[in-house]
Amino acid sequence: MMSNLTSTERARAMLITGAGVLIGLTMAVVGRNDPMGAHGWIILLFCGVLFFIVGQKLYDAEPVEDRSVSYYDDPTKVGILLALFWAVVAMGMGVWVASQLAWPDLRFDAAWSSFGRIRPVHTSGVIFGFGGNALIATSYHIMQRTSRARMPDQVSPWFVLLGFNLFCVVAASGYLMGITQSKEYAEPEWYADLWLVIVWVVYFVLYIRTLARRNEPHIYVSNWYYLSFILVVAILHIVNNLAIPASFSGAKSYSAFSGVQDAMVQWWYGHNAVAFFLTTGFLGMLYYFLPKRAGRPIYSYRLSILSFWGIVFFYIWVGSHHLHYTALPQWVQTLGVTFSVMLLVPSWASAGNALMTLNGAWHKVRDDATLRFMMVAAVFYGLSTFEGSFMAIRPVNALSHYTDWTVGHVHSGAMGWVAMITFGSIYALTPMLWRREAMYSWKAVEWHFWLALSGTVIYVFAMWNGGITQGLMWRTYTESGTLRFSFVDTLIAMHPYYIARAFGGLLFFTGACICFWNVVMTIRRVPHHAPAIDYPTTSEAMEPAVPAAE
Amino acid sequence: MLKTLLKPFARVFEFQAKTHYRMERHSMALTAGIILAAGVGGFVEIAPLFTIDDTVEDVADMRVYTPLEQAGRDIYIREGCYACHSQMIRTLRDEVERYGPYSLAVESKYDHPMLWGSKRTGPDLARVGDKYSDDWQVRHLINPRDLVPQSVMPQYAFLLETPLRTDDLPGRLDALRMVGVPYTDDMIANAADDALGQARPDGDRASGVLDRYGEATAVRAFDGQGDRLTEMDALVAYLQILGNLTDVAQNTQPMAEE
Repeated sequence: MMSNLTSTERARAMLITGAGVLIGLTMAVVGRNDPMGAHGWIILLFCGVLFFIVGQKLYDAEPVEDRSVSYYDDPTKVGILLALFWAVVAMGMGVWVASQLAWPDLRFDAAWSSFGRIRPVHTSGVIFGFGGNALIATSYHIMQRTSRARMPDQVSPWFVLLGFNLFCVVAASGYLMGITQSKEYAEPEWYADLWLVIVWVVYFVLYIRTLARRNEPHIYVSNWYYLSFILVVAILHIVNNLAIPASFSGAKSYSAFSGVQDAMVQWWYGHNAVAFFLTTGFLGMLYYFLPKRAGRPIYSYRLSILSFWGIVFFYIWVGSHHLHYTALPQWVQTLGVTFSVMLLVPSWASAGNALMTLNGAWHKVRDDATLRFMMVAAVFYGLSTFEGSFMAIRPVNALSHYTDWTVGHVHSGAMGWVAMITFGSIYALTPMLWRREAMYSWKAVEWHFWLALSGTVIYVFAMWNGGITQGLMWRTYTESGTLRFSFVDTLIAMHPYYIARAFGGLLFFTGACICFWNVVMTIRRVPHHAPAIDYPTTSEAMEPAVPAAE
Repeated sequence: MLKTLLKPFARVFEFQAKTHYRMERHSMALTAGIILAAGVGGFVEIAPLFTIDDTVEDVADMRVYTPLEQAGRDIYIREGCYACHSQMIRTLRDEVERYGPYSLAVESKYDHPMLWGSKRTGPDLARVGDKYSDDWQVRHLINPRDLVPQSVMPQYAFLLETPLRTDDLPGRLDALRMVGVPYTDDMIANAADDALGQARPDGDRASGVLDRYGEATAVRAFDGQGDRLTEMDALVAYLQILGNLTDVAQNTQPMAEE
């Protein structure tokens, strides 16, 4: 991989990783009395290893071929493997965390292994580690293909990918040490947040620069979605994480907002992390890989437009539906419900658009588990968005909020939609990317599909039943008008559901392990196979493209 | 009928689709469009919360956390307790009867960040202060199943053995002042001593705590060991102040029937 970098690029990589080493060292020294010091050593090690890898190849021969005639796929490949690595780690963590609720003594007698510390490792690991790496990798692939242009340089894609993984490592190790700012989906502390802003700006610039080189007059629909993902996540991240560090030699910081305002900002961020990290990014994946795999064009261009702008505009309003019946002013809660219900329209526009695209290709869905992953993902997307709008309605929310119903809802989205579309995309992408004939084992894909589906169904049904049971028990009265159940009674009622949940999660996790194995075997064992055309071309003549001016 | 109803919408959409068709040829136009469309909702919902006066009630007797309580709050966050315990009693009959008067905005006015939570694997803690004895809290944290056999809470015995770090408390209070908590210079300068004093009723530092944070402040050995200051002291001190920073909720709402 290093042989594809020019000497200037290698020097630049040395400079960046060298700076990383210095920053790590500084943090390690300054924060020696604080968990931040441990992070310093982790950063030092991470950047040091990269520095060493690049340094070893610094004086190797440079690439001679014309770079404009091919796509740059090395970071995409690494990104896919990293996504699968994080999937296995984070889903494994998830099974453990879920088991702790069924059997609370399932931990070592150590501070780091309690539910509260390893739960965010699961959440962040899945969302950012698995989801984030998959998004970055697929976006590299899609933006180049749909623009028929190579990425403008070879350092910034690596910077974004590896920088983002450094963020994930810092976040996950931090939780185990007790470093968290407790904001949902935004637990990492101030220095990790600052670092992510830098990575994200480079990501945006890289995306725009690639689009600027495109040999297509129009920007393909996937890229609208990826663009909104990059942009809005940046806005959300910056505002939500405004904080003052307690000292520059420690990890602790205090949010700039308090109480009601903080709750609103948190859920404005939190729900839109769902919208712009877990929805629009993955819709970008759906809008590229599903039509490609089905061999059919997108059903409706207009539906795509309606869905895109609807999602971008409506989603931002709905975060306040997390705060029904709380101290948040009622008018904000009402706005939240109204927009949540309206949001169903653009959401279903995309779900319907995806399913209608399969018209005339249903026989492929039957035979091809990869396409079936994508189809089921679209179905779960439709189901979860319906459920979301439903749960935002005040009386329903009164019952569902604070119970495992919410957990079930989140996971029907995470497992059924996000993970399924990602697995489908990975199976579609792997042979293309490594120039292989097909996946190593189609039977393993089939197994993975059924494990993932049954795992999701068991999980979601356990949480629905459990959540509704608990919600109803909390509000059951005796005939004399007193509360019927103590809190502990409801906890006992949850026990079988917690066991079922852990089992569903175990099935899903097994599927992810099979996927990782299958991808590795595809790379190692399956014969080489060059696709007919996979290089930048001009849109009319399909001839090798001369890159447009930067 | 449906057609006539939808006609104006169709026209709007037609216009939007045409605009979009032109926009998707320019990446910066698309960028600007996304920022604009995504900016509106957040602005309309969030900005007024900072400017409208009745977002948060004005209450005279609201007090700030003592350094020991704030340290306890930081431990509560560190251990991820918020993932299972909410601190927000909603305005629903069963919640008021189960937990006490519903939470008011002012009660989390000094909470950076808020800990309203989104899941109750365990009960709400907004009014847990003074509900159980210190001894109960300590034993519950050492092993929850000793007191509640069915509990699924993790055990936190190590808190009793871990000395509380106090040297960073002035910095923490100072940072909190920067984000709006009214700590005085006096409070910040004496933060470490006050943390020590609050957990040692016999020591000479105790009176300073009462001077700075009010006569009603609890000064006692929260973890049962008067000779050392542990993280258990801090966490229990925090749990015992929950719902007791102000009496406004008790005074304005009818008490729950037992």
